[in-house]
Amino acid sequence: MLEIKDLTIKVENKIVLNKFNLTINDGEIHVIMGPNGVGKSSLTKVIMAEPNYKVISGDIIYNGESILNLSTDERARKGIFLAMQNPLEIDGVTNSDFLRTAISSINQKNVNLYSFIKKLDEAKADLKMPDEMVHRSINKGFSGGEKKKNEILQMKMLNPSFVMLDEIDSGVDVDALKIVGDNLNNYKKENKDISYLIITHYTHLLRYVKPDFVHVLKEGKVVKTGSYELAKQIEDNGFNFDKIVSSANTGSDQSE
Amino acid sequence: MKTLSKGLDKEKVRKISKFKNEPEWMMKYRLESYDLFASKKMPEWGPEIDIKLDNITYYKKVFDKIENNWDNVDKDVKATFTDIGLRKAEEEYLAGVHVQYESEGLYSNMLKELRDKNVIFLDTDTALKKHPEIFKKYFGKLVKNDDNKFAALNSAVWSGGTFIYVPPHTKLDRPLQSYFRIDSKNMGQFERTLIIVDEDSDLHYIEGCTAPTYSDDALHAAVVEIFVEKNARCRYTTIQNWSNNVYNLVTKRAIVEEGGTMEWVDGNIGSKVTMKYPACILKGDYSKGTCTTIALADSMQIQDTGAKMIHIGKHTKSNILSKSIARGGGNASYRGLVKITKNAAHSYANVKCDTIILDDKSKSDTFPTNICKNNESSIEHEATVSKIDPKQLFYLMSRGISEDKATELLIMGFIDAFREELPLEYAVELNQLLKGETSIECKR
Repeated sequence: MLEIKDLTIKVENKIVLNKFNLTINDGEIHVIMGPNGVGKSSLTKVIMAEPNYKVISGDIIYNGESILNLSTDERARKGIFLAMQNPLEIDGVTNSDFLRTAISSINQKNVNLYSFIKKLDEAKADLKMPDEMVHRSINKGFSGGEKKKNEILQMKMLNPSFVMLDEIDSGVDVDALKIVGDNLNNYKKENKDISYLIITHYTHLLRYVKPDFVHVLKEGKVVKTGSYELAKQIEDNGFNFDKIVSSANTGSDQSE
Repeated sequence: MKTLSKGLDKEKVRKISKFKNEPEWMMKYRLESYDLFASKKMPEWGPEIDIKLDNITYYKKVFDKIENNWDNVDKDVKATFTDIGLRKAEEEYLAGVHVQYESEGLYSNMLKELRDKNVIFLDTDTALKKHPEIFKKYFGKLVKNDDNKFAALNSAVWSGGTFIYVPPHTKLDRPLQSYFRIDSKNMGQFERTLIIVDEDSDLHYIEGCTAPTYSDDALHAAVVEIFVEKNARCRYTTIQNWSNNVYNLVTKRAIVEEGGTMEWVDGNIGSKVTMKYPACILKGDYSKGTCTTIALADSMQIQDTGAKMIHIGKHTKSNILSKSIARGGGNASYRGLVKITKNAAHSYANVKCDTIILDDKSKSDTFPTNICKNNESSIEHEATVSKIDPKQLFYLMSRGISEDKATELLIMGFIDAFREELPLEYAVELNQLLKGETSIECKR
């Protein structure tokens, strides 16, 4: 369970989240929507302890413990995962070396090579990724869609329990989006207690991955929380907040 | 044991030659070289060389003869070479091994099939005795004794080193390796390497060097001369891991005839000061030279390394790839020369030097000299200086990898192009070395 309590954060001297509250229980799928620049990505980055994002006040509690004092890698080893909006290319470091190092870091023991290769082969097949990708440098020469699939591949290999997906649907064609959606559903099926925090502008992905809660973010605060219906309304009306807020009084409003 | 007292004079030079029972011409050459050494100034460029030359032992012979069976080698010394993995490599991977301990050869062996092909792989002293004609034809012709102060010193006091002659139309499937080790305090090692790859032949030679750590400075001043004949190819791979009190001042040069290829793969880890710029003189038309180097400068270390490419023949090509890492206050600098002469029409040179600086204490400079004297040729030069990219670090750490481990992965990625040039066994070892998981001594 992840609890964000009265969280205020700053990046480059600008407040991007202001007394932000959100609770994500085990097994839940939450979606955060909102136009550009309202702090959606900032939320995922501060949860992952990106050094440019400073916590001013409030707390982030994961499975009952504050994680504010933990470094990025320590948080990852607790089972927190961020599929990034713009996965980086890292020249000279192969996907295979990277994944093996990551898995051995998380498990704190050496990787059994046979089971590693077997698992990687399965994950590659599930995501319809080319075989030779494992020997290529991380994301080097990958298309936008391949980069996003590579994030999901890493998720499947690392077995996290809390997964943040920051615009996993952007730069991805229809076929790749379906593959990503299917893999997210299957991962959830295999690991009932895992939870997703999905950041998106669109509802495309939500056709495959059905959310439990949809939150609308504006100026660093949740202004509306609803169900999948709210996402559909946004698709019809855009982020016309007055209209959404006034017309949709059905959902519970966490931000008050 | 034969050891000269510290310091150097003419009498000592004469003694070295006498110990070795050398022909008259070599003794004369040594004495002439000593005069050149004494009269030449220290290089006026590059890092400061603050070495007490009077405090160095210039010659030390520990064992009487060169063995070809490890069972006959001194037990402790044998254990050292077993520990550093050389004996395993010899069994599994190499076509021949030569070991130098202090000033003289200790062990030498080569596969029978190479002997049958008339390949010569000897220590340089033995080669002078056994193959005087070929020796005299090539020795000192490429790096003359007036080339620089330390080449003059080497020419005066040289001892040991490797001599390789590959006859025409001969391909070696496996590499030959020499290994140089200094075990004494204040020791100078002055090996002399002479390699001739005759027409249409192919050689991969690997050289490794180490010394344990002493508080006083040691000196390694080698000279390497390589002759690559028509359509031949020579690859020279070095990983040097000297302890941090060794001045490593080496002159390495190759001359390449028509259609030939010279490839330097040069890794410099450790030492107090390294000055090394492997050179290719591309004399023949369509000849090629490449130099792929890495240098790691740690605390109190200066790596002043690079390459030289001199284009003389037409349609010649050269490629320099230099990767430097500076950390802990070290200084890793690139110094290089590319010269395309007037006659070398339709030639092309490419220089790429990348440096990564891991902290604010460390530094790096780039001193490239690029000269192109004709209009049909071109030189491309690219240099980058970077730090560890915090975004890349974050990406790796977000997958559970610690900061140290992530930094290490990024450095490995940075030198990937160099690692790819190494035989697999050495690539693995280089990883260990850079990770600092082994002690100061390298495995080979």
